[in-house]
Amino acid sequence: MVEFHFTTPITKEDVQKVKIGDVIYISGTIFTARDEAHERALHLAEKGEKMPIDFEGLAVYHCGPVVRQVGDEWEIVAAGPTTSTRMDLFEDEFIKTFNVNVVIGKGGMGDRTAKAMKEYKAIYTAFVGGAAVVAAKGIKRVKEVHWLDLGTPECLWVLEVDKFGPLIVGIDSNGDSLFKNVALQAQENLGKIGEFLGITF
Amino acid sequence: MTETFDNTIIEDIVVKLHKFAATQLPNDVSDALKTMYEQETKPTSKAALKTIVDNFTIADETSTPMCQDTGIHIYYVNIGENFPKVIGIEETLRKASVRATKEVPLRPNAVNPIVGGNSGDNTGNYIPFINYDFIPGVDYLEITVFPKGGGSENMCALGMLKPGQGINGIKKFVIDTIINAGGQPCPPGVVGVGIGGGADIALKLAKKQVMRPIGERHPDPEIAKLEEDLLKAINMTGIGAMGLGGDFSTALDVKIEYAHRHPASLPAAVAYQCWAARRSTARIYPDKRVEYLTHKEE
Ligand code: SF4
Repeated sequence: MVEFHFTTPITKEDVQKVKIGDVIYISGTIFTARDEAHERALHLAEKGEKMPIDFEGLAVYHCGPVVRQVGDEWEIVAAGPTTSTRMDLFEDEFIKTFNVNVVIGKGGMGDRTAKAMKEYKAIYTAFVGGAAVVAAKGIKRVKEVHWLDLGTPECLWVLEVDKFGPLIVGIDSNGDSLFKNVALQAQENLGKIGEFLGITF
Repeated sequence: MTETFDNTIIEDIVVKLHKFAATQLPNDVSDALKTMYEQETKPTSKAALKTIVDNFTIADETSTPMCQDTGIHIYYVNIGENFPKVIGIEETLRKASVRATKEVPLRPNAVNPIVGGNSGDNTGNYIPFINYDFIPGVDYLEITVFPKGGGSENMCALGMLKPGQGINGIKKFVIDTIINAGGQPCPPGVVGVGIGGGADIALKLAKKQVMRPIGERHPDPEIAKLEEDLLKAINMTGIGAMGLGGDFSTALDVKIEYAHRHPASLPAAVAYQCWAARRSTARIYPDKRVEYLTHKEE
């Protein structure tokens, strides 16, 4: 397990250095996008419209934060990750269209996304589910917010981060998936579990 | 007994219980997570456990909710049969939920499943959900606040097994449920198993088990052995903390309870509680003395 510290923009060369099981920390700029923001971004791109910020080299975070508005400023109260598999529907196109090379979420992503990560050289990293306090610590401030009409959990938060992490690499740019390996291993372990419990699976 | 108890006292105590539950893990849970972090040998799970320990430590120090999902509100109310009469306990608990949502603060988590929309204050139809029990021979009122996260709740399962499948069928059902859940319910957590009774009874027993202290075994030695064996078996899956692969960190504990079953059915239920295994309990005595069982009062 190797530890990497990246500063945005994160390049395809950068992400090719990491393997599943490594840990990365990110400083610079990341942005949040859940289902609806993914859908809108792809829809606008298809029509040839510009994004409110240039996504290239940034990390996309599957997160619907709890926020508080103080005067004109937005404050992040809690910002743990949401389940990533819902974004499997969009992520391959998203990576390809916007050159986003790092995806942050929880719980892993499926084969379709892993294939795209291999093809376009991107990685999926997992933040610990529920660890909202540690996450908020790495977020220095809200730089911008867009698409507020989607609601505060679903809209696009552009965040300045400092050593945001630890992010455990779950899918690397070879398309290898830690989550898939763990699931296969669990199936294999059923034999000895059955023996121990005196049952057959 | 005609004397009635002052509800405003209860309301204040329950708001405090919410604050305790959201920001501070009970010692048995935090100690177990720390020990697991020491024991785990796989670096991926170890890193996740380190984050979990850091997270609940900072949450405690800064009185911040340890997870953004502060759960749906569930109460367990144990009424000592010799406690003075209480009127309007439900109203009092609803008020406490509303106040705690503002004061802690907690995320509003009560959504109308039919027409949509979040009530904004953690109350709604049947929510908060209140479980009542009478306790013979005691004079206190015991209230437990049990905020339940959605990610782990989504992995709960009910199997209406055939009686012929027997205890082995139950073991298999539990292991299959855990493997199917993988990293989604934010492991390591507590696995509650309810057996027999009926569909609702099995689930209710399962859910109640996840509140038992980590390491405590069922008084019946058969069940205690089953708890230990299933815990060992679940950790043999290798799923690990957050599903990242680990040898010792898929579950903190397994708790089992059973009810007698109908001859024709064998219900088996699995309730899952995540690492944010939050609960807080207070005992209130007729003289208004309060004893916090899970947390220390500052
Ligand atoms: S499953 Fe538990 S730890 Fe994970 S996000 Fe939900 S409440 Fe938080």
